[in-house]
Amino acid sequence: MDWSPIWISMRTASVSIMITFFLGIFAAWLVVSLRSETIRTILDGILTLPLVLPPTVAGFFLLYLFGVKRPLGQFFLEYFSVKIAFSWGATVLAAVTMSFPLMYRSARGALEQVDENLVYAARTLGMSEWEIFRKVRIANAVPGIVSGGVLAFARGLGEFGATAMIAGNIAGKTRTLPMAVYSEVAAGNMERAYGYVAIIVVIAFLSVVLMNFAGARADKKRI
Amino acid sequence: MSDCLLEVRIRKQLRSFALETAFETGSGCLGILGPSGCGKSMTLKSIAGIVCPDSGTIRLKTDSGHKEQIFYDSDRRVHVSPQKRKVGYLFQNYALFPNMTVEQNIAVGLKHHADRHRIIREMVERFRLNGLEQQYPGKLSGGQQQRVAFARMLAYEPKVMLLDEPFSAMDTHLRERLRLELLEVIKEYPGISIMVTHDRDEAYQLCDHLLLMEEGKVIRAGKTRDIFENPATVTAARLTGCKNISRIERLGEYRVKALDWEGLELTTMSKVNDSITNIGIRAHDFEPLSESEAAKIRSCEDSNLVPVQAPQISEMPFEWYVMLQNGIWWKKEKNMHVHEAKEIIPAWLRVKPSAILLLQSGQAKRDR
Repeated sequence: MDWSPIWISMRTASVSIMITFFLGIFAAWLVVSLRSETIRTILDGILTLPLVLPPTVAGFFLLYLFGVKRPLGQFFLEYFSVKIAFSWGATVLAAVTMSFPLMYRSARGALEQVDENLVYAARTLGMSEWEIFRKVRIANAVPGIVSGGVLAFARGLGEFGATAMIAGNIAGKTRTLPMAVYSEVAAGNMERAYGYVAIIVVIAFLSVVLMNFAGARADKKRI
Repeated sequence: MSDCLLEVRIRKQLRSFALETAFETGSGCLGILGPSGCGKSMTLKSIAGIVCPDSGTIRLKTDSGHKEQIFYDSDRRVHVSPQKRKVGYLFQNYALFPNMTVEQNIAVGLKHHADRHRIIREMVERFRLNGLEQQYPGKLSGGQQQRVAFARMLAYEPKVMLLDEPFSAMDTHLRERLRLELLEVIKEYPGISIMVTHDRDEAYQLCDHLLLMEEGKVIRAGKTRDIFENPATVTAARLTGCKNISRIERLGEYRVKALDWEGLELTTMSKVNDSITNIGIRAHDFEPLSESEAAKIRSCEDSNLVPVQAPQISEMPFEWYVMLQNGIWWKKEKNMHVHEAKEIIPAWLRVKPSAILLLQSGQAKRDR
């Protein structure tokens, strides 16, 4: 059995969750603190789009933007000498794009649930706005943010459609676990597919258990 | 800090009406009494700086007027952030930080204080929080949470203390005990305290001065006892718990006809001038009379007898609530173990001329 898809998938999922995690929290905070209802709704729509689009369509847009002959792709090639499309980086790009809405929406929900009176109270007690953001807003949104992070990690690990479009299915380079399952089944190697499927199932199950465990621990402290 | 004065003069457009309030208050406790959604909380939030009014001024004078701190002044474009006002705010739900222990909650406002440990210890002692220092607020009872909220607020040594319906989240039993505790806190507190409430008992018990508000306007201000004794306006009478209010027709200098009580004619003690549009009688201010007792005084001009016919009776633990056929409410105290109302229902009720409150309708639109 070729172990490279496991290695590639783990690397892709780990790197992409680090990007998605902070990007998602930042986007959530940005949207929550917007004053204009209209801008908020539109921005929310755009940020959530990858969640509702078919992954191949999202991948199509990525290809459209980051393809070798497309504006962003050219830009990265010329200034950083980095070719994104059909490289390992593209698997990360696809995973971030597809898992981002989950992180963003969970973080947003968690931030909005924090009682506004807590923020007011913190202000009357002389806490600075930065302190309030860290110790009141984020600290009280931790359970929601953590579960959003785990969901986004699992989503990134399972990414298939957009990855196929922008990263392709190059063995040893962009062939992630879901890609490997598809390839082996297509080639009729069911035995090998079983192995990959089993690994994915174990990782996905552990993620959910971890999420529930983390959530239960956070609740225990408070109630 | 004993001689301080808070001047508030603000305007803010709210959804259905404009909040326009102006008052000043010194050390001691001022109560703002009004129905839900009359702009009471908004007034407090403006003083704390949590919301910004549309226009006006908020100023705090300390040291017998020698020092003045401007919190808000729309003409000078000043809006001091809540962090710099040193105004404490006790929220309805206490707003304790659920992610911090009791001790951490109290310490929040003391970050740069050299004496923080001593102050925290003092507050823990004073509010009887010993042993709870490492607990999270979610594990505390309502009363304990309130004490933590007070400890956290007072540790910060605010110059003004704002209390937003401090007992609304509690059951009756706890409320009565905690009111006594709050009375102590207020007495010891050297600065200005303002309490918002819609409960007249709370206002009467805790506040020396009162401000009555309705739809964003101050309709009455004065000493609490004066306002309860002589509400003067219909709204004030209602807010201070007067159950019986009727429009009147003036029959003479001391004689009125109550239009909402089937034309009942009554004699008053004070002179009824043209501005009086209503009268009020508190539900406890009736005296039950038997047929023979009533017969003796019937001929007097000021007998003020009310016939009791077809009363609707409901039993409360310590009181009878009786509604007469003409819409008048009468409350009579009773013992817990008495359940039979028949014997207590008299043939007549009498109201003393001095117990009749003469009221003005206040706002012109109330005449309709």
